[in-house]
Amino acid sequence: MDGREQKPEKVIEVRDLVAHYGERKILDGVSMDVYGGEIMVIIGGSGSGKSTLLRHLVALEQGTSGTVKILGRDPAALDAKEALALRKKIGVAFQGGALFSSMTVGENMMLPLYEHTVLDRTTMEIMVRLKLEVVGLAGFEDLMPAELSGGMVKRAAFARAVIMDPKILFCDEPSAGLDPVIAAALDDLLLRMREAMGMTIIVVTHELESAFRIADRITVLDQGRILLTGTTEELRETKSERIQNLLQRRTQEEIVDPEEYLERLMGERLGERALL
Amino acid sequence: MIYRIKDENGTTVVAFEGEVDLESSPEARRILLDCLGRTSSLLVDLSAVTYIDSSGIASLVESFQNARKAGRHFALVAVSGSVLSVLRLSRLDKVFTIYDTLEDGLARAG
Repeated sequence: MDGREQKPEKVIEVRDLVAHYGERKILDGVSMDVYGGEIMVIIGGSGSGKSTLLRHLVALEQGTSGTVKILGRDPAALDAKEALALRKKIGVAFQGGALFSSMTVGENMMLPLYEHTVLDRTTMEIMVRLKLEVVGLAGFEDLMPAELSGGMVKRAAFARAVIMDPKILFCDEPSAGLDPVIAAALDDLLLRMREAMGMTIIVVTHELESAFRIADRITVLDQGRILLTGTTEELRETKSERIQNLLQRRTQEEIVDPEEYLERLMGERLGERALL
Repeated sequence: MIYRIKDENGTTVVAFEGEVDLESSPEARRILLDCLGRTSSLLVDLSAVTYIDSSGIASLVESFQNARKAGRHFALVAVSGSVLSVLRLSRLDKVFTIYDTLEDGLARAG
């Protein structure tokens, strides 16, 4: 850890979060806590709601009901100045990189520094190069994002996310699509960042190997609900069939409600009716 | 962040204390570069630094490189564990001259 006096503080607190896309309920009463300095990994199958949960945690979206508190504050209730102060403490590495294509890698990384700090340009440039060194992209600052491979874009996005040494780092599928060696290196980097900087890290992934490598605790999301939050040991030992299916990569046997299924096919469900 | 500057037989010692972060690192940078303009030997005592971020590290890097170019002695002394782990993250522990104690640093500087 970074040597600061630290006691486990709740840095993220989610209570009864419900979210919809249109009529479709994506998150169904999610409650979770994330403590300072821990790596929390959110796993779940495709469509489980994990990326939606992440978007709510970083205040890109607001739920239909329920609350999200980050560092004790509800982002939705902050004024512009307070929201900016909170944003400076948060880094987000988006799945697709989200780098500006018209700017070099270095310019992309420098953007938050220009926006939020009064640092000297030399300091900023050294910070950019330092972070690129750490993610294994030394000397890439003058390249355009289009000139990078998929794995490099992910690492550049990661470097940008940590440029201001955030207290909380969110990563959306950091190792998806990377070759195993690069994926393992990125996992190792997350662990080292936490160790050196005392960051709290929240990772959303469907890569189980990565999840078990880095997590202090794992939250399993399924159809918008949390099945379990626990340590990797607790997860391995759970008797829950759905979780074991997920861990063993077995497909779920779908429970078919004939009436609901027919209504859905006929477009008679509430959500579908709205489309017609 | 607070700091103290003292002269020890021709060697300037800057001791930082507290957190060197985005807010305070511009001041740390200014102090280091100012001192380098006035001394041939600079030791930076980091024993009481509880947290340093990459802007603070960048200030140390810039000062170190300026000192090298000007042919001046520059070293870190009594680096706290929290600072050392940040230096290790970017392998800078292999770049800076680091002495375990201020006494070691002063002995070598002399």
